[in-house]
Amino acid sequence: MSDMAAPSTAPAELPRAKTDWLPLLLVPALGLLALPFVGSPSTWVTLTVAGLAMGMMIFLMASGLTLVFGLMDIINFGHGVFISLGAYATLLVLGPLAGWALEDSIGLNLALLGLCILVAMGVTALAGAVFERVIVRPVYGSHLKQILVTMGGLIVTEQLIHAIWGASPIPIPLPQSLRGAFVFGDIVMERYRVVAVVIGLAVFIGMQLLLNRTRIGLLIRAGVENPEMVEALGYRIRRLFVSVFIAGSALAGLGGVMWAFYRQTLTAGMGMEVMVLVFIVIIIGGLGSVGGCFVGSILVALVANYVGFIEPKLALISNILVMALVLIWRPQGLFPVARR
Amino acid sequence: MTEPLLHLSGVHTHIGPYHILHGVDFAVPAGELTMLLGRNGAGKTTTLRTIMGLWQASSGRIRFDGSDITTRSTPDIARSGIAYVPEAMGIFTDLTVRENIVLAARSGPVDRNRLDWILGLFPALKRFWNLPAGNLSGGQKQMLAIARAIAEPRRLLLIDEPTKGLAPVMVRSMIEAFRALKASGETILLVEQNFYAASALGDHVVVMDDGRIVHSGAMSDLVADKTMQQRLLGLSLDAHQ
Repeated sequence: MSDMAAPSTAPAELPRAKTDWLPLLLVPALGLLALPFVGSPSTWVTLTVAGLAMGMMIFLMASGLTLVFGLMDIINFGHGVFISLGAYATLLVLGPLAGWALEDSIGLNLALLGLCILVAMGVTALAGAVFERVIVRPVYGSHLKQILVTMGGLIVTEQLIHAIWGASPIPIPLPQSLRGAFVFGDIVMERYRVVAVVIGLAVFIGMQLLLNRTRIGLLIRAGVENPEMVEALGYRIRRLFVSVFIAGSALAGLGGVMWAFYRQTLTAGMGMEVMVLVFIVIIIGGLGSVGGCFVGSILVALVANYVGFIEPKLALISNILVMALVLIWRPQGLFPVARR
Repeated sequence: MTEPLLHLSGVHTHIGPYHILHGVDFAVPAGELTMLLGRNGAGKTTTLRTIMGLWQASSGRIRFDGSDITTRSTPDIARSGIAYVPEAMGIFTDLTVRENIVLAARSGPVDRNRLDWILGLFPALKRFWNLPAGNLSGGQKQMLAIARAIAEPRRLLLIDEPTKGLAPVMVRSMIEAFRALKASGETILLVEQNFYAASALGDHVVVMDDGRIVHSGAMSDLVADKTMQQRLLGLSLDAHQ
């Protein structure tokens, strides 16, 4: 981004933008609220870390979709297939390098995970480029058609996955060093969940830096609000659209890898199964808002964990309940994005 | 008369089934301010949008600095040196004032001297430099929209109704800003309904009605001829002072 300082006259008088802290406070408030109901602090920490990890995985799967919807005004019901494709792409690495998963070496295990992520993001980026060109581009501007054709694209791609890898679920091994848990007194934190938290945070920080500190990020934020004006400033928004769609697909692929190792089983429908959660978090966060998607993912996952522990019968409806409460409070989501 | 920088000849524009522009012909001389006047629905905004390529002309020709830009894409037209300030201003409300201006400077950082000059024209923007542009008032947003259009030197500014809905004091500020822009040699095509503002600024005037040009000439001639004002615009200048 062009570095332009404040104007030379009277810089000291310039006010700063206010940050909307209220939605961010929801997460710690929720945690504190749950503590007395959970009872044991160690159980509470275990539930919280597990919830954060789940939230990060949901964020990884949902962040691309919220950008695509925000910037391109496209409702991509086929987003789930990129999650599945990303998950299956791990087989391309696990096939030749299966031995690395069994080695008791944190370096080799993390390298294996990193390779899986790289390959999955490459495969899903390529699939995203084809999906955008063949399926999405002819229906720009028509939401109903977008829902229908992207659902069609999802079904066709799922069948392609069946044709290539077979219809039976495929077990995959979690790398040796990522199995088990860290134990601190009574607190138990699964290793893989901690890795998921680290990767999720890294992706979130990377996306925030990209969106707020680079010209491409400025263009994306401006394009979410008024793509026509971005064009009138001389930028080719179509290229930006395609790039964001490809990046969104690659992020879904990354989410798919993390989800695959978490489940340790691959099915073609695994992406579609989480799409309800994905849609809930991007609605809660505010369509098009990456920060909102992040907070929404954590909220949904924490509530599911806490409620599942405190009152298991309510766990099934907890996500819908969170969405309803948030939308009553803020009908445009936690961080509404101004739109044209 | 100076050689025209922009020249529209026989431009027709359809929006869906509607035929909006019916053979629009006029020229915008370089270095001068041309006012485009007309009642609501006359086709002024459509004309600007057609020049910018936001709506494609169905026939006719638009030449800018000797090149045919009729079928070019909007980004190409903008890159050729035309800046556009739409009626709705097109401010990115989630971006700060600073970010709005940074984005408009495609070739790199905004020149410090130019920035100081722009903020001299619109001093109110300094107070909101790091605030989201959504916090600005209507008049301040309009200032930002124009500041953004001139963040880099442009060859032609297309500005759609900049004084619409503004308080009289703000209208006077706008007029002063446009006078300064004129003095700096900018070529401007300004759509305006406020005849007081138009008469205070315009070197030339083009009047539209029902998608057609019904008058084109020197602004001073229109200002001096109340009968012509009544005939073309249904008003006299006195009524707007």
